[in-house]
Amino acid sequence: MKRNVAIIGGGQTFHAARRHDVDQAEMVNEAVRAALNDARMTMDEIDLVILGNMEFFEGTHMTDCWLVHGTGAYGKQGLKITTGGTVGATAVVTAAHHVASGLFPRVLCIGFEKQEEGDTGAILSGVAHPLWGRSLAGAAVGYFAMMGSSYMAAWGATEEHSAMVAVKARQNARKNKYAHLKLDIGIEDVLNSRMLSWPIRMLDMCPASNGACAMILADEKTAKARCKKPVWIRAMDTAHNEQFELDWRDVKTTRPIFSRTCAKRIYRKLGVQKPSEYFDVFEVYEPATWSELVWYEDLGLCAPGEGFRLIEKGVTEIGGAIPVNPSGGVLSTNCIGASAMLRVWEAALQIRGDAGEHQVPKDVRRALTTAYGGTNWTVMTALSRTLDD
Amino acid sequence: MEEKHTTDTFEVDQRLTAHGTYWAGKMGTRFYTALRDQQKILGTPCTTCNKVFWPPRSICTFCFSELKDVVEIGPRGTVETFTLVTYTEPIHPRTAPFLYAVIKLDGADTGMAHFLDEVEIDKVHIGMRVQPVFAKDRKGNILDIQYFKPI
Repeated sequence: MKRNVAIIGGGQTFHAARRHDVDQAEMVNEAVRAALNDARMTMDEIDLVILGNMEFFEGTHMTDCWLVHGTGAYGKQGLKITTGGTVGATAVVTAAHHVASGLFPRVLCIGFEKQEEGDTGAILSGVAHPLWGRSLAGAAVGYFAMMGSSYMAAWGATEEHSAMVAVKARQNARKNKYAHLKLDIGIEDVLNSRMLSWPIRMLDMCPASNGACAMILADEKTAKARCKKPVWIRAMDTAHNEQFELDWRDVKTTRPIFSRTCAKRIYRKLGVQKPSEYFDVFEVYEPATWSELVWYEDLGLCAPGEGFRLIEKGVTEIGGAIPVNPSGGVLSTNCIGASAMLRVWEAALQIRGDAGEHQVPKDVRRALTTAYGGTNWTVMTALSRTLDD
Repeated sequence: MEEKHTTDTFEVDQRLTAHGTYWAGKMGTRFYTALRDQQKILGTPCTTCNKVFWPPRSICTFCFSELKDVVEIGPRGTVETFTLVTYTEPIHPRTAPFLYAVIKLDGADTGMAHFLDEVEIDKVHIGMRVQPVFAKDRKGNILDIQYFKPI
């Protein structure tokens, strides 16, 4: 990038299914104050505020207008972002672009969702094509069921493999004090959980969470002057798909291109040959267990068809060679507008060495994050501890 | 060449139904409890900005301070601006004609829109003094104040 951009602070709320103690502005404000405290900044020092959430997922519209007292955006420049599950990462990337433009040295970006307050499934069915899909649509589970069904048929994986992903996520979440589903479960618990849409069971899916995340991005001058542990954004990339290419008909051939296209481009920007060696930790957006296995393959952490072997061998555990989602990931916490930002913030915490109990037990210099949402697209960010990395 | 038109066009009816709930939070809960149980209207003062907000909020819009106190405001107030609605749409909360007014309650620094009723339309004016009419069966929403009327 022509101008370097750093994450100089961030914060998140505790995530839960119920937040009856706060309204939406009060909940968002918790994350904003945590981020300002972490960056040792005041709201006066922020040049631009970017707010992200999914319209109507909490029954409200135009949240950038009426959450102003919670976001601190009064009188400031700003933008509202709504891009599906990618919202939080799009907000980070938009913030980074604004900093990199040289026009806004200090940018606050926020992602939130108070999912219990709206009907996410109903609004999601509005994403389906009005002519071809809406009369058939039923929210997100079916999509991942198609993925899992195709994955098993193509590669010979079993439902035990997806259950391993479910267990890893919730056991990691138990080490993350902010996570929503901190479940002490084993493979049998997953296999015995209620079948939703074969092969997706209740514990194969993410929860509906309430929560918010906020981050402060700054230019190199501010970062070096004000922050002891800046985390640098080294590359960003976004790739889209066409809606009807999304069908998971055959996991080997007819499948979405967005994840591999995006990974290829971001690796080229950084000169990455072996991503599993180049990056020390990954935070991926996995709304369902099967999508984590597909991420392993599409990110090139293993060959196609070998994703389920990685989970089988424990390679992606916190203490494994390629740690993936030490935070517990989206399977443990899904406040949609914040989820993709949480990937970036959790990766930044790993690089700072501030992740606490779920800190990866090795030197973390570089991290890669992904987002996943809407009509099948992704936003990726690559982070590093120093500008030499 | 003559252009060919087709009379066979298709449309697919679209209807989304999405239920929502909204938790009133720290300040909203105090406001509606006082309104429902005591017919009192609460505002939040910001001592830094020397302002009192109606409706109340937990964070000062202007200086970003956390606000924890409440003060009783009104119930009387002043019309700051108004309009007479003379058309009817299904989405409207009332059938035309009806009056909206932005009312600044005594002791508050901000105004809020509400209905104005029991008034001769020709006599409504900016600066008019008004008072709330509380609903008999109060449920904890903004219609616990049914409308404002002239004093």
